[in-house]
Amino acid sequence: MEANQATAVKYDMEVVRWFTIAAAIYAVVGTFIGVYAASELAWPFLNFDIAEITFGRLRPLHTNAVIFAFGGCVLFATGFYIVQRTGGTRLWSNKLAWAHFWGWNLIIVLAVITLPLGLSQGKEYAELPWWIDILIAVFWLTYGFNYIMTIAIRKTSHIYVSNWFTLGMIIMITYLHVVNSLAIPVDWATSYSIFSGVQDAMVQWWWGHNAVGFYLTAGFLAIMYYFVPKQANRPVFSYRLSVLHFWALTFGYVWLGAHHLQYTALPDWTGSLGAAISLAMIIPSWGGAMNGMMTLSGAWDKLRTDYILRFLVVSLAFYAMSTFEGPVMSIKTVNALSHYTDWTVGHVHAGALGWMAMVSFGAMYHMVKKLWGVEKMYSEDLVNVHFWLSTIGTVIYIVAMWVSGIMQGLMWRDYDEYGTLTYTFVESVSAMHPYYAMRAIGGAIFNLGAWICLYNIVMTVRTANAVRGTNAVPANA
Amino acid sequence: MSDHHDKFYSTKLQDKAERSTLLLVVLTAITLAIGGIVEIVPLFYLPNTAMCQNDPTCNNTQHKDLQGNVIPMDKIIWNPATSAHKTLADWQPGDGVRPYTALETAGRDVYIREGCFLCHSQMIRPFRDEKDRYGHYSIAEESMYDHTYQWGSKRTGPDLARVGAKYSDEWHRRHLRYPRDVVPESVMPNYFWLEKMPVDIKKTVKTLQVMTIMPFNPVPKTIYTDEYIAAAAADLEGKTDMDALIAYLQGLGNHVKFEEGVNYRD
Repeated sequence: MEANQATAVKYDMEVVRWFTIAAAIYAVVGTFIGVYAASELAWPFLNFDIAEITFGRLRPLHTNAVIFAFGGCVLFATGFYIVQRTGGTRLWSNKLAWAHFWGWNLIIVLAVITLPLGLSQGKEYAELPWWIDILIAVFWLTYGFNYIMTIAIRKTSHIYVSNWFTLGMIIMITYLHVVNSLAIPVDWATSYSIFSGVQDAMVQWWWGHNAVGFYLTAGFLAIMYYFVPKQANRPVFSYRLSVLHFWALTFGYVWLGAHHLQYTALPDWTGSLGAAISLAMIIPSWGGAMNGMMTLSGAWDKLRTDYILRFLVVSLAFYAMSTFEGPVMSIKTVNALSHYTDWTVGHVHAGALGWMAMVSFGAMYHMVKKLWGVEKMYSEDLVNVHFWLSTIGTVIYIVAMWVSGIMQGLMWRDYDEYGTLTYTFVESVSAMHPYYAMRAIGGAIFNLGAWICLYNIVMTVRTANAVRGTNAVPANA
Repeated sequence: MSDHHDKFYSTKLQDKAERSTLLLVVLTAITLAIGGIVEIVPLFYLPNTAMCQNDPTCNNTQHKDLQGNVIPMDKIIWNPATSAHKTLADWQPGDGVRPYTALETAGRDVYIREGCFLCHSQMIRPFRDEKDRYGHYSIAEESMYDHTYQWGSKRTGPDLARVGAKYSDEWHRRHLRYPRDVVPESVMPNYFWLEKMPVDIKKTVKTLQVMTIMPFNPVPKTIYTDEYIAAAAADLEGKTDMDALIAYLQGLGNHVKFEEGVNYRD
């Protein structure tokens, strides 16, 4: 799985270092914006009558920051790290990797400027204006091409499983981004989707759910399949299970988007088909989660001392939990209650905080040690503190959203003895207040963990550089 | 570890794919394409998907009443050629689904810009409580002119699909300015500053033109006539984003006259 270290292949790791640092910064920024937006729902005065920070403009900034800035930088750092080490080769083009680094960060800066100004295409997770969409396509393909070419020039006979998943992500996100972004511009700020109504809804959720399925799942499964075995120092539990996991996820995940549109004007068969495949997806998802967890068999004692392994294993527990919860929510009778409520928001965060962010933090700590050549982080205890803040913050968040979501669903459909609706809508809004406050607190605890992570990484890098002198991190190494 | 690999191959094809970048890319690309094709492509040719360009039957969509009589599509989608009301200015609620007026178009832009769709849905589901709370369930035709659909996915605030004409313009103005003045428990931001922002006339006129050249469900030129587009700029003169947003909200949901017992979805 990995080239012999003794041959001392020189890898292109400087760009990986930069992506890792960027990811740590964006984790802080992205979750902070989330906490602020969540607080606006609990205490609306926080909108401060400033258009740029009203909830409607901040929420897309939050989602874009955590998905494309934090998630993106983690994916690119780990992707370039894994593809080189499992192939025993340098990147096909280090220059292209740097172009991609600066291009992607330019896109993030542009998002930070345009979203608060209200530039939006009106599609969730695809709000950015049309010309930024073009930049995304260009730099995504820059990354994808470089990645695929690096696989092609590998020195090992077989392509390692992590790279299959990343490959799936690269291809699927290209499909999704191109089709979902098809629009006719009116001016530099505004454009309109070429699709409308039913077709636009289906295209949007084909994008929306597969951004989750491939960007936030396949890409992070690539992380799981490399970093869990490395950190546990054990081979992946089952090769056959990884083959099954990959092809079932690749084929099946694509169908799920329709379950976001149950009982809407989308034809019934489409939503039902989406739900049926969603239920079937429990098998490969749990197979994958088991594959990761069982990799630890015989090494469970390491969890007592290895805080990085804690991040990785608990992330898999959240992965298993949310890939069970998702199919349950796609069942029409459950969806009738859960749709439009905070339960959906809680489900997303069980995945995004518990699975995606936690596996990222585990991988980031692992990489930082290798990339800067240190035995330990600046403070291993702080890694443990970060672990507990992340876990507790996530649990508070999702519990708050379960309660508020199910409560909303029940209040909306409740009838009194006279056959009239028991609650006005606004009664359900005021009933949410304690849970919105609780959610903001859970998010803030998680955010505090991200600050500690950034501090720990910065101090580790500074210490490492001080020890090794100024030559330790040569530019474009 | 790599020495043992030969013992673990599941199939020959899998082994080949793992050794060949090109084969793995091709197989993955094909596998990934299937689900989307099966679920999306039929929505462009099956009935009940409001795919109506150049086809007054909308792919043979048939909404039937309890006796099995088919409701003519021009009762659901406004057709100036067959309707008693021939222009957008003459159109009356119940005449059928129509595209937005110039002012509503400007208002819809405000709705999208401010991210209203993140807290308000525009898609009523066929449940008793939603009927009592919001009105008749939404049908596909009602959003056929919505380039960038606005169904939403969350109800932090109530559904707005049929909010049109439920409240007065003055109520909306007060509510949008300072929501908590009208609804104390609301968590919506204040939008009083929309009154200070003039409508972007140039962009709105261009938007009307763009809507007529959409590849799917464009607005017919018999509705957005050259005269209508030419007169739009004058109509928008002096209007604010607040006026536009209220006009948009007041136009939501009263286009179709729904009849008891008709299945509008199938």
